[in-house]
Amino acid sequence: MFDYNFHWRPVIRSLPELLEASLVTLQVATLSMVIGIVVGLGLSVIRLRLRGPLYWLATAWVELARNTPALFQLFFFGFGLGAFGWHLTPYMIVLVGLSFNNAGYLSENFRGGFQAVPDTQMRAARSLGMNLWQTYTRILVPQVLRIVYYPMTNQLVWAVLMSSLGMLVGFRELSGETQFFASRTYRIFEYFAVTAVIYYVMVKFILLASRLLATRLFRY
Amino acid sequence: MIEISGLHKYFGTLHVLRGIDLTVQKGEVLSVIGASGSGKSTLLYCINGLEPIQKGRVVVDGTDVHAKQTDLNTLRQRMGMVFQQWNSFPHLTALENVALAPRIVKKKSQSEAREIAKRQLEHVGLGDKLKAYPSALSGGQQQRLAIARALAMDPQYMLFDEATSALDPELVGEVLDTMRILAEEGMTMICVTHEMGFARDVSDRVAYFHDGLLEEIGPPEQIFGAAESEQTRKFLAKVR
Repeated sequence: MFDYNFHWRPVIRSLPELLEASLVTLQVATLSMVIGIVVGLGLSVIRLRLRGPLYWLATAWVELARNTPALFQLFFFGFGLGAFGWHLTPYMIVLVGLSFNNAGYLSENFRGGFQAVPDTQMRAARSLGMNLWQTYTRILVPQVLRIVYYPMTNQLVWAVLMSSLGMLVGFRELSGETQFFASRTYRIFEYFAVTAVIYYVMVKFILLASRLLATRLFRY
Repeated sequence: MIEISGLHKYFGTLHVLRGIDLTVQKGEVLSVIGASGSGKSTLLYCINGLEPIQKGRVVVDGTDVHAKQTDLNTLRQRMGMVFQQWNSFPHLTALENVALAPRIVKKKSQSEAREIAKRQLEHVGLGDKLKAYPSALSGGQQQRLAIARALAMDPQYMLFDEATSALDPELVGEVLDTMRILAEEGMTMICVTHEMGFARDVSDRVAYFHDGLLEEIGPPEQIFGAAESEQTRKFLAKVR
């Protein structure tokens, strides 16, 4: 192993492409978080307030998203739906798969968050004549989002890292792009080492940005 | 006018209100006293429809609160409520706490809602705390904030659910003073309270609740001076 010669030059040369691909990674992860938050809130409210078919549907979603490998979930939206003649683009497979997974995990966070807001907040809002929608959007959800802010940040980091599974369904995000160059040049170690650094920097950047955002958002 | 007739309320198998008949006139201040668990607070929740009822009727200005076709969100704008746990919205400043409902429920413009909020906060003595978050306010200030928030909807009635019992003793006075001012201004008020001094000095009538029933009701002089019911006398002997 001491005789291996590192060849960094090809990696340096394709750095622009790698950085561009990392933007794709960021984009798909962020988008899947936005969808995950909205759907996850819906799932948690359904599970807290409703019984019947919708409750079971939401529960099945959460159970599957949390208790099966994320890779299998991507495969389902890729090859699974493909078997039924419904072909999604690689981008859509990853976006839908990550959103599905995010929504499941986040909904459990939100459920805890809703339970941490005192019931009396709901009563106070309703006593002022606010309807249920206003009570949720103006009073409860803002408080829940603060309570689960840091778990939510974790989920975003997780989404960025998990999007690397996209390479297995043919999506050219950061890992897919890396794999493409690596197999062309056979400098596998060098490529993935540099990509790991890019992931690391990206995640650190996200954590820093979310911490800064928190101090601006939560002044109470 | 609030008219309550034959009101029964159950929580599961627990029979909390066991047939209440009570009428509150416009401009009247009614204090409701009684031991914990006697159903006083539940009565308030039944009046503004926060709790469903099982039997009887609650009619506010001719509207049956518990009728299916009643729009509770509209009706509740006529009835402000102040809670034991003051329930200020922690993510909003004092001004936003008060301005929110006028803006989104009554559809006032942003500037109009803020104007109302400012006026109401000054009214309860919080004119210098407009930008403060509830976490920076004392319990008494938060409770006055809650009163201002309810008043901002321009209600015809105010329901107070033990508004002072979660406060430190030295903060009770400022909230009672605010309630006193409201009473003097002619607000119709139902105050569930453990403050016997307030009940005696401020109310037009005092209702004593015992075990889910309205045991006795009358002017403060009657209840505190010459109660007809043995139960009432026993209760008052204990709390005095």
